[in-house]
Amino acid sequence: MLASIISSGLAVGAVYALIGITYNIMFSTSRVMSFTAGQLGMLGGVFGSMFMLRMGLSAPIALVLTLALCALVGVVTEFVAVRPVLKSLDQHLYVLSTLALALMIQQVTAIEWGTEPQPFPRLLELGSGPLNERFWLPIVACVAVVLALEYLYRRTLIGLAFQAVAENNFAARSIGLPERRLRVISYALAGAIGGIAGFAGGQLLLAFFANGPLLNFYGFVPVALGGLGNNRGALIGGLALGLFQQAANFTVGGIFASVAVFVLFIVVLIAVPQGIFGTNTARRV
Amino acid sequence: MSTDAKTIQGKPVAMQPMSIKRRQGWGQLLPFLVLLILAILLPLLGQTYWTVIATRAAIYWVLASGLNLIVGYAGQLAIGYVALLTIGAYTTSVLVAGNVSEPWEPYSALIAAGALGGVAGLVVGLPALRLRTFYFAMTTLGFATIVTQIALAWEDVTGGGMGVPGPMLPAPFDSNDGLYYFCLGIAVIATILTANIAHSRFGRGLIVIRDAEVAAEAYGISKARLLAVIFVFAGALAGVAGGLFSALQTYITPEAFTFELSVLFFISILIGGRSSILGPLLGTVILTVLPEVAAPLAAWSNFLYALLLLIIVLAIPGGIASLLDFSSRSPLPKHRRIQPELNAVHQILADVPSDGDIVLKDLHLSFGGVKAINGLNLQIKGGQVHGLIGPNGSGKTTTLNVISGYYQPQEGSVTESGASLPLGQPVGRAVRGFARTFQTPRIVGDVSVLKNVMAGGYTCAQSSFAEALLRVGRYRADERALHQIAAWALQAVGLSQLAHVRADRLQHSELRFLELARALMLRPKYLLLDEPAAGLTGDEIKRLGEIIKEISRCGTAVLLVEHHADLIFDICDHVTVLNLGSVLASGTPQEIRTHKEVVSAYLGA
Repeated sequence: MLASIISSGLAVGAVYALIGITYNIMFSTSRVMSFTAGQLGMLGGVFGSMFMLRMGLSAPIALVLTLALCALVGVVTEFVAVRPVLKSLDQHLYVLSTLALALMIQQVTAIEWGTEPQPFPRLLELGSGPLNERFWLPIVACVAVVLALEYLYRRTLIGLAFQAVAENNFAARSIGLPERRLRVISYALAGAIGGIAGFAGGQLLLAFFANGPLLNFYGFVPVALGGLGNNRGALIGGLALGLFQQAANFTVGGIFASVAVFVLFIVVLIAVPQGIFGTNTARRV
Repeated sequence: MSTDAKTIQGKPVAMQPMSIKRRQGWGQLLPFLVLLILAILLPLLGQTYWTVIATRAAIYWVLASGLNLIVGYAGQLAIGYVALLTIGAYTTSVLVAGNVSEPWEPYSALIAAGALGGVAGLVVGLPALRLRTFYFAMTTLGFATIVTQIALAWEDVTGGGMGVPGPMLPAPFDSNDGLYYFCLGIAVIATILTANIAHSRFGRGLIVIRDAEVAAEAYGISKARLLAVIFVFAGALAGVAGGLFSALQTYITPEAFTFELSVLFFISILIGGRSSILGPLLGTVILTVLPEVAAPLAAWSNFLYALLLLIIVLAIPGGIASLLDFSSRSPLPKHRRIQPELNAVHQILADVPSDGDIVLKDLHLSFGGVKAINGLNLQIKGGQVHGLIGPNGSGKTTTLNVISGYYQPQEGSVTESGASLPLGQPVGRAVRGFARTFQTPRIVGDVSVLKNVMAGGYTCAQSSFAEALLRVGRYRADERALHQIAAWALQAVGLSQLAHVRADRLQHSELRFLELARALMLRPKYLLLDEPAAGLTGDEIKRLGEIIKEISRCGTAVLLVEHHADLIFDICDHVTVLNLGSVLASGTPQEIRTHKEVVSAYLGA
């Protein structure tokens, strides 16, 4: 049982962490938390299943197409739901605009794809039991994404520009950084990462239209606990959440696992509203 | 709520007649009455189908009316409210079916659903006291997911995926029409109760919490207490709505309570518009009926709701209510001037004690490495205008924020008439007679000037939430008194003619006077003004000075943080000059004007 808890816990944890990173990347350049993060994960699974099972494409092609489409959804999010409300960030209209877009994505999927969970094919035909590929694929994907992001942020010019905008977008603009274009690129990147989460976790979560809100919530928990914009916090938080959830799942059963996660989330958040690894206190008067 | 609050009742009746009419007449009731008459006549059509749809709309409104106070008034984005409908529906059905005890009577089961809904409403709402917007939205979403999962898994009680039969109300409510009228009746009661709250000081408190939370604290509106009561009330309504919902369905299964339903409630309110009852009511009716009239679109109805939400957010943030608000489209008089009536100041402050006395002793406060206040001593006395000047960053506003409880100094004490003031607790200041204004006016844009001012008197009224809910007891006297003082306060600052104008249509300078009027609502013993003259014309500054002077003559101690040296030297009885967080000089305006260091450091030759 321990092996099952660890393998499935780390697997779903990796998916949550990836969704958390999706939130973070959108947040870093726009200060917006978007409800589309979970939907991107859902779309990753649905697109993957559609390309491979319905259209018979090979896995690598399906992956590329899925990521491209998810990146596009990310860009659409920026244009439709984020850019128009950035002027009045303090009114928190983004909560509503991104929620609206997320619901639209979910409804279109429900109507065009169907409301039944549909299978996601095995990609590599490797491993069985706790070492089944559906358990380790998300973990590999998550590690790869985190390493790639570290490289991006530390070694490339565009990564440094992202950090500059995240740190202070007025200052970034004043030294001539194309803040808007960077924001669009970061939304595309976030879209692709959300897509990876759905694609890598497809065999676990299936291609199911209602995965969005679930991923929204479970992907948000590590972000909230780890601190907004903190990718390492999201990674640790995501894996810990996955393990905790699966441990509760195997020992006391499904609903109590959800209740336990929810209670833990609320309690920690109320105790440390800025997240365990986060810092922010602003003067109000 | 506030027994130690200053009372406003039993004051001598106005010497002047009320000059501002109350606007709660038939004109505002008319749309509701029309809707009600149409609703009563509906079953005469003889179309059962439409009666059922209307029943559903009435049930949804019972829930949405309470949710409206949370979303539309308090601005808390509770998106997972379907959870409470679920709880109410299962409570009623399970109790009536007798799954856990002897079968209950439907009516008592309905009451139990309301009670449980109230408890659950508090549980869902509590995180809002610590968490902001997106976080709170997420917790309600999480709660909704969990409630459905529990309903699915707790099979011996809820019947799991199979569900439980919905209860049948006894005659005469056992027919379609009977159930409809029953639900309609409860919807009417819900409308009246929520409207009562919305028009009371509690409703005004909610919108101040929504749009100007910092100001709410200064006026003694406790977010935690007020929101907790509202969450219980809205939860109870949602629980009752759930019970009615189960009576409408023949069978209750977890699938009936989709997240989309939650979104429908939430969107109805936003489409309706904030700070409005009529708007969200129309929104609920429209969203319930929409998929029925456009049958081919039924599959796409959830998509349409979401699209509608996006359009509303991006294009008409004010919702239906703003479209119906014709009076805000008539132009305001141009070149209007502010004409204070100083005798109104006297009427408000007639009984203010003039023995106010605040002593700040050896205050130290630093933000990180920056020492904002460094060993400050200061005394403020009743009946005096005390000017606080100094260069930027010298600690003027910080000092004001320490006195009004926003900042907690690391060292030192603040005493009021010899008793020490609790530090770092802004909410308790209003009942002690402290009023303040802000550097940037913090007002509620989408309600009238009068309401903004009346909100300042929150702690002066004594009626409880229950009294306001039913408009009984001390409620009416409170409202009359608040209205009277607000009318005087507006006269005092010269904004009477704009009393019924939406506050966001005012000019910046008028907002400053509005804040002053709101401060007067507390009949303040201490008035703390944070750069009240910033952005005013010379003429307006002169009028402002007259009002402030008059206020201090009535006995109020005024602390004036200002950069306009002319105003300071004109009206102050005592001036303190700060530099780098400590006192550089202190004395009469004359002494300061000729003080050598002050002149060289700050005033210039």
